[in-house]
Amino acid sequence: MSEFAYQFLLTLDATLRLATPLVLCAMAGIFSERSGIIDISLEGKMLMGAFVAAAVASTSGSPWLGVFAAMFASMLMAMVHGFACITHKGNQVVSGLAINILASGLTVTIGIALFRQGGQTPPLSGSERFRPIEWPLVDVLDSIPVLGTVYRELISGHNMLVYVALLLVPLSAFLLYKTRFGLRLRAVGEVPRAVDSAGISVSFLRYRAVILAGLLCGIAGAYLSIGQGAGFVKEMSAGKGYIALAAVIFGKWRPVPALFACLLFGFLEAVSARLQGVDLPLIGEAPTQLMLALPYIMVVLLLAGFIGKASPPAAIGQPYSK
Amino acid sequence: MTPTSDLPRWADVFLLPLLNLLAALAVCGVIIFFLGENPFNALWVMIKGAFFYSGSLGYTLYYTTNFIFTGLAVAIAFHAMMFNIGGEGQAYIGGLGAGLVALWLGASLPMILVIPLAVFAAALFGAAWGLIPGLLQAYRGSHIVITTIMFNFIAGSIMVWLLVGPLIEQGQQSPQTPKFGDGALVPKLHETAGGLFSFLGNSPLNLSFVLALFCLVGFWILIWRTKLGYEIRTVGQNPEAARYAGINVPKIIVIAMALSGALAGLLAINELLGVQHRVVLNFTSGYGFTGIAVALMGRNHPVGIFLASFLFGAIYQGGAELDFEFQTITRDMALLMQGMIILFSGALAYMFNPWVSRILRRWIKQGEAARV
Amino acid sequence: MTDDKNTDGRTSAHSFALNLAGVSKSFGAVRANHDINLDVLAGSIHGIVGENGAGKSTLMNIIFGLHAPDKGSMHVFGERASIKSSADAISLGLGMVHQHFMLVPNMSVLDNVMLGSEGGYLLSEGREQTLKTLDNLSSAFGMGVDPTAIIEDLPVGIRQRVEIIKAIKGGARVLILDEPTGVLTPGEAQQLFDILRSLRDDGVTILLITHKLDEIMSITDHVSIMRDGEMVAHRETRKTTPQELARLMVGRDVLLSVDKGPANPSDIKLKVSSLGCTSSAGSSLLKNVSFDLRAGEILGVAGVAGNGQTELLEILSGMRKVTTGKFEVLQRVIDKERSLTPEHMRAIGVAHIPEDRHEHGLVLSFEAQENAMLGYHRDPRFGRGSLLDDKEIRDHCVELMTKHDVRPPNPDLHARNFSGGNQQKIVIGREVDQKPEVLLIGQPTRGVDVGAIEFIHRQLIQLRDEGCAILLVSVELEEILSLSDRIMVMNEGEIVGIVDQKTASQEQVGMMMAGVGAEVAA
Repeated sequence: MSEFAYQFLLTLDATLRLATPLVLCAMAGIFSERSGIIDISLEGKMLMGAFVAAAVASTSGSPWLGVFAAMFASMLMAMVHGFACITHKGNQVVSGLAINILASGLTVTIGIALFRQGGQTPPLSGSERFRPIEWPLVDVLDSIPVLGTVYRELISGHNMLVYVALLLVPLSAFLLYKTRFGLRLRAVGEVPRAVDSAGISVSFLRYRAVILAGLLCGIAGAYLSIGQGAGFVKEMSAGKGYIALAAVIFGKWRPVPALFACLLFGFLEAVSARLQGVDLPLIGEAPTQLMLALPYIMVVLLLAGFIGKASPPAAIGQPYSK
Repeated sequence: MTPTSDLPRWADVFLLPLLNLLAALAVCGVIIFFLGENPFNALWVMIKGAFFYSGSLGYTLYYTTNFIFTGLAVAIAFHAMMFNIGGEGQAYIGGLGAGLVALWLGASLPMILVIPLAVFAAALFGAAWGLIPGLLQAYRGSHIVITTIMFNFIAGSIMVWLLVGPLIEQGQQSPQTPKFGDGALVPKLHETAGGLFSFLGNSPLNLSFVLALFCLVGFWILIWRTKLGYEIRTVGQNPEAARYAGINVPKIIVIAMALSGALAGLLAINELLGVQHRVVLNFTSGYGFTGIAVALMGRNHPVGIFLASFLFGAIYQGGAELDFEFQTITRDMALLMQGMIILFSGALAYMFNPWVSRILRRWIKQGEAARV
Repeated sequence: MTDDKNTDGRTSAHSFALNLAGVSKSFGAVRANHDINLDVLAGSIHGIVGENGAGKSTLMNIIFGLHAPDKGSMHVFGERASIKSSADAISLGLGMVHQHFMLVPNMSVLDNVMLGSEGGYLLSEGREQTLKTLDNLSSAFGMGVDPTAIIEDLPVGIRQRVEIIKAIKGGARVLILDEPTGVLTPGEAQQLFDILRSLRDDGVTILLITHKLDEIMSITDHVSIMRDGEMVAHRETRKTTPQELARLMVGRDVLLSVDKGPANPSDIKLKVSSLGCTSSAGSSLLKNVSFDLRAGEILGVAGVAGNGQTELLEILSGMRKVTTGKFEVLQRVIDKERSLTPEHMRAIGVAHIPEDRHEHGLVLSFEAQENAMLGYHRDPRFGRGSLLDDKEIRDHCVELMTKHDVRPPNPDLHARNFSGGNQQKIVIGREVDQKPEVLLIGQPTRGVDVGAIEFIHRQLIQLRDEGCAILLVSVELEEILSLSDRIMVMNEGEIVGIVDQKTASQEQVGMMMAGVGAEVAA
């Protein structure tokens, strides 16, 4: 395998790792927004999940306990959002913003109180995190040209949560399109009156969507701090929640296209990291910082109608009253 | 849609926001208690830190200045019923404009020329950054909330690239521009007027505060005293009636967003020309988002915006004091308070409405019965 | 009233699907339904006919559980019924096809029909069952639909069919249809009627709400006429005529007659030639409209709402663009290429009192004085340059309020706090005080109390006598007949005819409103 191809393969490998939190948050965003609730708080829920996962993993020694605690914490924040938006018919954008800011403040504040390390959790040792999982027969298959290397570098060797995230995409699609819950959820985001007049509770449906979003963001946060990273660091979500939102829009609120959008955005991030300081022909030093803006520019172009149409669920953002 | 109140005006404008504020502070107090500190003590420390120490009031007002600009920005867009979340990005790009003027002219021209030019540039650049989402919403139907969020990040990327690349101070590592020439430094308030304001102590409070006050007045005049303001309000309150009246609705939306961006851009005059004296990374650090809370609490009116800005300024400054005095509490407590206030005043704004309504009605009935 | 159904002895032996006795419902001061008695024979098609605002929709909402009646009782298939929600109504065997469809546009027919009765956690379980149901309905009643088709791709007639399927899939025995043909082409309406007849033959009872007389005559077995919230008559369809129905529908106790001298029409101020307008969806809203309007006359536009009058007003006032044809107003020509904004229209002397004062005419959250200059705010009188002159704005409002008897005469009061009549007086005062040469008015006395109605009518006559050219659109036939000098009747976007007020009769105009031509109706 040529050197360029190998580097490219490593970049794809990095793509998967970078895209994982995006994929999880994107699925979350899809469920919430498809039910009609705008969700800007993917970022805050993920951050809270990251903190709780690291904190619990650190004190209990079990990463699995950490993930479940993260899902729970994220779910609580999601319920606050639901309470404000669904029960109180409040402004959904404002509520999302509030949750993000709350998460930023709460994580550091509790972190300092518990660990006294300036907002971080203590660094996590190996067993407290999710370790890379080597797939069977890696060494044996390694001798096969090209495919063996692909198997070793790209497919095998990620931690459990990466595979969970990838699995969640077809699962989400199944839930959304093949189940009763999914049908009702999609309907309530378009024409809530139709759902209401069929005798189904609009509120309960939306609450379930929002809670589901919370659970998924919790896993995303856990991945950041105990999967990819080794502990919680202040503001570690670093805007990924917003990129996930961009992926949801770019994927037109559908799981599989959103997955591809996440992979694309992850790829852009991976490439920009690789090209750091590298000189490109004609341009000179690679404008990696500008590359990081590409996901956002693409969403704007899409919304402006320059690269196809994106129609959000018809009833999104409008509180439902009988 | 969003619930509206049937309370008498005074209850709607004062009582409910006050209740929301108290509720937010109460929840924070509970959190502080669980951190092992006395919440009332913490509150007292914050108050001392915001007002009573030397320089405290100055610091508080310096923060207030930022919030006035971003609060007015959100408010003017709100009057056209546009939800402008892009204050961060618009302020950032406004900083680019001000910074370019300051770098280019600051060493060679006197203050009396440079600063007005910088103000103009900051407003212009900020307006451009608000104008584009405005155009997209008015003529292409692109949802302004999402486009302004995206533009925040695009602005961030552009500024990082500029500060790490073309604009960086030669020979230095940190992503920031060279220091501005003297002509571009806005005088601190405690140094002006022959020490008239020296009682404020040493603080970053500078003449931008005066600019902010002018903007408050200008905002009031524009919205309620001009024909353009009338048209903006009509578009915001009833776009169909605006159409009937012959008002060009898309054009007004674009103008409102441009003005909004311009106001946000002026934040750069305070931060960059007044305090940092160079363009630094992320100088907008959340002021844009707080502006949303300020506009909501201040009900899009200059008096309310001033009061809300002052409140948040006090929380910011008081938060620094908390950090100083308590081991377990940092400045992030101010963030927490901010988030709580936004939650209660913004999303849960009418949560207390049913109770207040009931109590008021009973009072009124009792009062009437007593009079009979 | 109630004995009309027993015109022959046979009917009393049949059972009733629905009995309403003494049903009343008010919304605040508005009496939507008053003491309604209704008996619907099982297995029949029963029409409910009446003008807009007669209270038909309210009554149907009460039957279907969307509103609770203030008084009265209901029996369904002989059993006393207390219907508090649509779920209750559905469980009693009632089904409703609403005017505004409750379908999810981007999902398939199958998905829409399954919603609410999916039959299990996985859609695959219920799919089979639903497909079978669709098949049955198709063969039994001629209601064929492609289950995989997406709703938004389907023509309106088929979408309505899906709504009907949704209503009866659960085995509903009483089907209520609220103005079903409003959105259908004549061909689609015929298909609908075939389905309805089929359902009736199977024993389903059908309640058909409509204001179209020809539909009543062609498909119903019985018809009940509502007017001003009351049930005024019941008839067996084959024993009545469109004329009788028209008379029952639009006649009203004469409120007041306006003192009106003869008109002296002079120059033509507005000349409309072959004006046409199509909606963005492609349906034709106005077809080949041509008429003249002279100074010093009132041309009344009669017709049931939704027949193109709204579009006509919007085009003439500059709010909407012309698709075909043209009109000439005060020496300006407006057509597809040349247009004037509403602001320009006002400037040349065309004033517009809109049909919906809440939607267009006022900003309810603004103060009265701010509303008093809506549309004229750029006039130098209200402020030179860009600034507004507060004093002048206030004075202008006070003057307007005095002159037009607006109560309370408080310019600082927000518009939403005025009664309907006073709100209307503000709008009328604002437009009329500009001394326009052409005045376009829609529904001037909708939601206005009797005292204000008289005031407004007198004002309009006075304006006419001062030489204004007035185009008056109203669904209140009484108002048209008493105020107009000439009457232009519109139906389905076209002019049915223009008649002289002195020679026209209520029956004639009523029939023209139902689409019958002027000569035939006379």
